[in-house]
Parts: sequence; structure tokens; C-alpha cells
Amino acid sequence: MMIDHIAVYDHFAEYGALIDMAKFDEWLDLFAEECRYRIIPRENFDRGLPAALVFCDSRAMLEDRIRALREANKYNIHTDRHVIGLPRIVEDGVTAEAPFAVYQTDQEGETRLFATGLYRDLLVSAGSRLRIRDKLVLLDTFAVPTLLATPL
Amino acid sequence: MVTAAIWPALDYSRVPYRLYHDAALYAREQERIFGGPVWSFLGLEAEVPKPGDFRASYVGEMPIIFNRDETGAVRAFVNRCAHRGALVRRELCGNAANHICIYHQWCYGLDGRLTAIPFRRGIRGKGGLDASFEMGAHGLRPLQVGNVNGALFGTLSADAEPLEDYLGPPILAQLRRLLDRPVKVLGYNRQRIRGNWKLYAENTRDNYHASLLHEFLVTFGLDRSTQVGGVTMDWRHRHNITWAEAGSDTDEFAHQAYAGAGVRNDFLSLKEPALVAFHPEHDDKLNIAITSVFPSAVVVQISNSLAVRQIRPRGVDEVEIFQTMLGYADDSPEMTLHRLRQANLVGPAGLVSMEDGEAIELAHRASKPDQDRATVIELGGGGVISDRDYRVTDVPLRGFWSYYAELLGIEPAGAVR
Repeated sequence: MMIDHIAVYDHFAEYGALIDMAKFDEWLDLFAEECRYRIIPRENFDRGLPAALVFCDSRAMLEDRIRALREANKYNIHTDRHVIGLPRIVEDGVTAEAPFAVYQTDQEGETRLFATGLYRDLLVSAGSRLRIRDKLVLLDTFAVPTLLATPL
Repeated sequence: MVTAAIWPALDYSRVPYRLYHDAALYAREQERIFGGPVWSFLGLEAEVPKPGDFRASYVGEMPIIFNRDETGAVRAFVNRCAHRGALVRRELCGNAANHICIYHQWCYGLDGRLTAIPFRRGIRGKGGLDASFEMGAHGLRPLQVGNVNGALFGTLSADAEPLEDYLGPPILAQLRRLLDRPVKVLGYNRQRIRGNWKLYAENTRDNYHASLLHEFLVTFGLDRSTQVGGVTMDWRHRHNITWAEAGSDTDEFAHQAYAGAGVRNDFLSLKEPALVAFHPEHDDKLNIAITSVFPSAVVVQISNSLAVRQIRPRGVDEVEIFQTMLGYADDSPEMTLHRLRQANLVGPAGLVSMEDGEAIELAHRASKPDQDRATVIELGGGGVISDRDYRVTDVPLRGFWSYYAELLGIEPAGAVR
């Protein structure tokens, strides 16, 4: 199966919008039943070191993350804005990459660049849409400002 | 100027907000604390296994490099060229036979000695350095290096006590416990917090906040103040171990205790309980051991998550927390996976640590406009600074300030140590 360019565009557009709207249940639905999600600092990735900031190698762990965000964690009160660049489909035909920037705006309207990096999504077809089997968030901004609570 | 008269209480139970915001005081800290008779954590021997391996680090704001030389010894230097004061080594890590400053190509050996200067004798006998210029007097400024089971510490001062004396028996024993076999680095994480570095140094000594700020600990049953635990300091009370024993309370007792604390106490369960599973690795019950070494190191065991944090001041208003995630060299692939999962607990996105970034920024922000007022440090009582076998206490913060005051020369007469 080769993934379709239009479907990939839709996928990334939906991905960013759902986080920015804080619709985390729908965001979870973008992942396949068997999935992995990792945010890896660029300095680790470049040196072949495995440690991640967020490491969920099952859907259960990803759901626990969202539950913790809602039930337990306290974080800087803010809104997110994802600006996701043009995606490209890599040679294997099922992996798509897209650069991203995430801006955070606080309660007083001050915006700062929170993170830039690259998404690398291994995608599978599920009916009419694509789902994520494995998502790597390669984090260029690995000196994380304040804290990282809402997903990138 | 901040003087000994600044303290409202002799037992350091009140700390004026000014101490987190005064720029002149910050400059004095760099000189008298980080440049003074303390031992600062630099990094790990495991990061420089081969001759020529080097890594960049910091002591306060001072850029440092440490490397393994041709003889196998680990050496550390200020990362600054003797010529024009430029950073010599720009890369954060690597392997090289020498360190060459890009500005004028002055070259230093792995022992820090200045070995070559381009056009030293000029061209056609004109220019260059005078024959009297002493190469031997212009090496990289060395640090004294100490090593506890592969954890490297450095000092810029000739007056520091021996490292083992500086740490003292309980801290030394805790480092030797966690580093009882060779480690491997799983990776790094960094967090930039808009707050004074001392707010973070206090935070890691504050047992009281843990289960209140980090609700995940209680909500998902990882750690509760009802467990057997406490705080253990060195004789000078500058360092601290915050510790707790696994499985040492009951759900019922914890439920009652937290009912009045405004913390969710219905103890949810995770879909993936491996995240909080604890596999004992030492001959004891400790599942929490957070060892703060004055001024800027924290050696952390939270369940099976192991790490060393370096507190890097970045001006009076900002701090970077640089954390090295560890496993043991002989970990099975399953254990490595377990540690990578449990790394979710710590760091800037840590389920039981992310809140510290927010709490420190809140404290820094609200204290700044009113610097003659003071913070309250009185959990577990005022007066004598001593170890406690309970967790609702912040007494090690007073220990931190006591030694801080001594180093800065602002210890009041009659102070409680």
C-alpha cells in the first residue's frame, strides 16, 4: 500500500487541530490499536540514545498520559497552536514526515515559540483514513521551556 | 548589598525574596559558591570511556570540558582559551587528540597544556611572540577532579575539602548504593525554567511538596507521604537525601490522611501498570531516594528510574535543569525498556516532575515585586536543623540556606546551623 498525498495532508492537518482544540479523545483515535508515540530530544536521537521525554509504546500508555493530564498533572495555563509544514512521503511509501512549530499563548495573550521539530509518522490505512502505527516527534527545541504537558 | 542583617530569623525559617532576585548577589554566588570550596557534579566517567573522549559541562555559569587523557585519567578544565578568552571546544561531546581554539588556532593537549601557537616566531623573523613568552603558564585552567563510583565532581577552588569529606557518610553511601555497578547513559533531557536556580535547589529538598504538587504520585499510588520515609542530611546540612520505602503504608491509612489535604485520594489505576511497577535492585526497600548535593547536583532514584540532574544557573532569572538518564551496563533488554517507560515519570514532561517548572515560575514571578517580604520554611518546626523520620517537612531547605549564608559571608551571629 502506498499512502496518498491528500490523505497525508488531511492527517497532519487533523492532528494539529485536535491538539489545539484540546480534543484529546479524538486525538487518541488518530492512533492505531497497536501504536507507539515518542518525543525524543534531538541531542539523543543524533547520538543514537533511546531516552525520550514521552515514551508510550502501547495505546494503554498513551491513554494513561491523557488521563494523567486531565486528572493529576498541573501545568502552565496556555493554548497551543500547531503550525505544521508541508509533509513529504519517504521512500518506503508508508512513512510521512512533516516539520512543525508549536506556539504557546498564556492567559495574558503573550505568545512564545514552544517547540520546533519533525514528525515522522508510520501510517496505516483504516477504512477511509490513516492511523498512526508509530510516531516519532523529533524535538529540535530540546531545552524545553518551562514544561511539556500537552502532547506535541 | 545583601549582608548578614538580611535574615529575619536565625534558623533560616524566613528567606527574604530578595535572595532570589538580587543581581549583585547572583554575581557573588558565581564567585563564592560555584568558584568557591564546593564540589560540583560535572558528568560521568561512562561518558568518556576512551582516551580523547571529551564532554562539555558547567560549574555555575563557567563552561567546563572534561576529557580522558592518553594515560586514562579524567581531567577537567575551564573551556576558555588563555589567549583571548574564547570558548575553545564548541562541540558538546566527541573524541579528539587535542583542543584547538578556532579564533587563532592555539592548541591544547588532553592534559590542558598549551602545545602549539601558530606563527609563534612570526614570519621571516618578524612578528609573533617574544621568546620570553611562557607556554607552560598559559594552559587551560584546570579543575581538581573527584570521582565517586564513576560520578565526576570538580572544584575550581584550592581550598575545597576532599570530596568524600565534603559529601559526608550518608550522601557518599547513597551515591555508592545507586552507582554500585557500571552505568550506561540512556539519554539526556533539559528544562529551562524562568526562575532563580535556588528555587530548584530548594524544590529537590522539599519533601512536603512532593505528593501535593505532583498529584500523580498519590492519584496513581506511586508515592505517598504516609509511607515510611524522611530526610537525611550531612553533618553540615548542606546536602540532603529525601527517601521513602516501597509498600510501607496501607491504602486505607493513606485514604484517611489525604482526605483532608484537598488531593484526589480515590487512587485510580493505570491501564499500563508497568509505568509505576517497582523492581527492587538493592538490598533495601527504598523506592524514592533523591539526593541533593550542594550546590547543584541531584542524584535521583524514583522507582527504577535513575538519573543525575545538574542545576545550571542562567542568570538570576533563569535556570536549566540538565538531566542524564541512566541504566546499568548489565541491564537486560527488558530492564532497559522498563527504564525507558519509567523515564516518563521525570524530566520536563515527567508525570511526577513537570509541575516543578510551573511552581518555580509562580514563586519567582510573585516574589519579585516585593523583595523585603520572606518565604516561610517551617514544616517540621523551626529551630534545630536535623534529620527527620517523617515526610511532611521542609527542614533541609534551612540546611541549604545555612551553608549558603556561610559561603557568601552573610551568616548572622548566633545562627542555627
